[in-house]
Amino acid sequence: MSTKIIQHDINLEPFMSKSPDFNRKSILMQTERSFKSEIINIITLTALEKLFHIRISDHFERENFSFLPGQFVMLHLPGCGEVPISISSSVSNKEYIELCIRKVGKVTGMIHRLEPGAIVGIRGPFGTHFPVQKMTGCDVLLIAGGLGIAPLRSPIYWINEHRSKYRDISIMYGARDPDQVLFDYQFEEWKKIYGLKLLTIVQNAGKNWKGRVGLITDLFKEITIDPENTFAIVCGPPVMFKFVCAHLSDVGIPRHRMFVSLERRMHCGMGKCCRCNVGSTFTCLDGPIFDYWTVMNLKEAI
Amino acid sequence: MEENEVIGPKSRDRDIEGNKIYRFLKLNSFDELEMDYTRSYLSPKNYFLPFKEDLVTYSLQDKGWEQEINYTIHPRVIVGMRACDINALLKLDQVMLKSAYPNPYYFARRKNTLIIGLDHEPLEDCFCKSMNSDTAFHGFGMFLTDIGDKYFAAINSDTAFIILNRFDAEEITDEDRLLFKAEKKKIELKFKTQVNITILPELMDLEFESEVWKKWGDKCLSCGTCAMVCPTCYCYGMEEDIDLSITKAVKRRFLYSCNLLDFAAVAGGHNFRPDAGVRLKYRYYHQFRGFMEAFDQSLCVGCNRCGNACLAGINPKAVIDDLIETETK
Repeated sequence: MSTKIIQHDINLEPFMSKSPDFNRKSILMQTERSFKSEIINIITLTALEKLFHIRISDHFERENFSFLPGQFVMLHLPGCGEVPISISSSVSNKEYIELCIRKVGKVTGMIHRLEPGAIVGIRGPFGTHFPVQKMTGCDVLLIAGGLGIAPLRSPIYWINEHRSKYRDISIMYGARDPDQVLFDYQFEEWKKIYGLKLLTIVQNAGKNWKGRVGLITDLFKEITIDPENTFAIVCGPPVMFKFVCAHLSDVGIPRHRMFVSLERRMHCGMGKCCRCNVGSTFTCLDGPIFDYWTVMNLKEAI
Repeated sequence: MEENEVIGPKSRDRDIEGNKIYRFLKLNSFDELEMDYTRSYLSPKNYFLPFKEDLVTYSLQDKGWEQEINYTIHPRVIVGMRACDINALLKLDQVMLKSAYPNPYYFARRKNTLIIGLDHEPLEDCFCKSMNSDTAFHGFGMFLTDIGDKYFAAINSDTAFIILNRFDAEEITDEDRLLFKAEKKKIELKFKTQVNITILPELMDLEFESEVWKKWGDKCLSCGTCAMVCPTCYCYGMEEDIDLSITKAVKRRFLYSCNLLDFAAVAGGHNFRPDAGVRLKYRYYHQFRGFMEAFDQSLCVGCNRCGNACLAGINPKAVIDDLIETETK
């Protein structure tokens, strides 16, 4: 009698032959396979930031790709590396996604050298999202600092597309220098959205800056907050959201109604590599969007 | 043996005191198998999570690229795994198979490996009993307990049963049953090292700013050896290799350690954990607190391989005892 162990071919498992669907987290699938995508447009925002329009090449994969505001993708450049980037476009745009990328490391430096037509890989979407459905019937404060405006564009689009579900909307955006203000070409458009207040401020005003000068927290003087019916979305450097959330907390907004986005250098996006470990949890699975109560109770989060 | 790839403990070298150093290696014949081995220096986890593993190969073209992924794994048998190592695999299963995004590579290896476990008398520094991983009830195909001139075999899979039938296996007798019980009792009584972990998850939070971390952190060389020998550490990093002709690229996963300097470094130069003490703390924090929160068990199985391998003489029992002591002072 033979004792050769029969091979278990996992390629025969139900979802292993299909293109991966990263929204179905519990299914065994080809998690390493990325969607081949084309960079269809590049918009230069500042000296360091560019906005990439990326279109998943395969028709089926493109149709199947769906995300919620706040989620991120792993952008892969074969032979170079993979980086986690927040999606910066509207969930209803089924043609392409927009990724705002700052040139800061090796991979992002290489991505900045690409031209339209280049083929990259996309895996995702991963992570948690801003609970935009829960915010129905309430005021929403969207507060961004610097590059933090990039992940905020997605909820801004969402609110615009579901405008009747929300009450007053305030967007507060602070940057260090006027030439670091991102998406200023969209400000006029956003201001025209019904019941939306857009406030911008810079720390160091140059010659041409005609707007407000100061810290983002100075903008709170200009708005009134109804603490019982307000949700806040805060995105930016940790030191910024520490002060902003402290202020919002003083006003009376419960901490579990403030949402922040944390950033770490993830290597997998799937809770396996541990590189994005904060305190007792992982940024890729339980984050990147956390409510502030959770963040306060996580060690070394900010 | 001739039909399947068999992996088992073999002595590879001797340490400074002349004790044998064992490793799990491919066996060419059963004569090489050393069933009386003490502890393998490296854990057998590397047959499930290799140190380096090619995930995807890319062929690069003028414009664009193609990806190729191969999940095929050939069956193999691992003989002589200890209960703690089997429990370590069960813990890895929680992360790799039972939580979000099951890992196909791990799944393939797990499905295609027959594990034959082996009981042993605990060593001086084993504290697996404290970690509740001194016995294994599942996660193996066959588990052997030495009862004198025979082995008592617990069977847990059909594959193992088929293999067992090839040998002259006998039904167990009442006498065997008694011998088995006596052997288990003997093993249980031999545990010398105890680690108190009941209050550890809370202690990790209470003693977060403790001087203990600095004290041990100052000793730590940040070499990452502990994670390499650990049967449950699964952190990894990614690297990409591109060949000189720029026609082929490989995306590769390599096991990493949270004690290495750049573990939590991000682009732009910021490092969330610049101090060795902080990194060491997070290693313990993940093992005894983070994993506990996620899966209701600690990640550590108590094999003390890390304590044994550490070049700076840091061992988990000493660190935990130190923590408990500062608490009760």
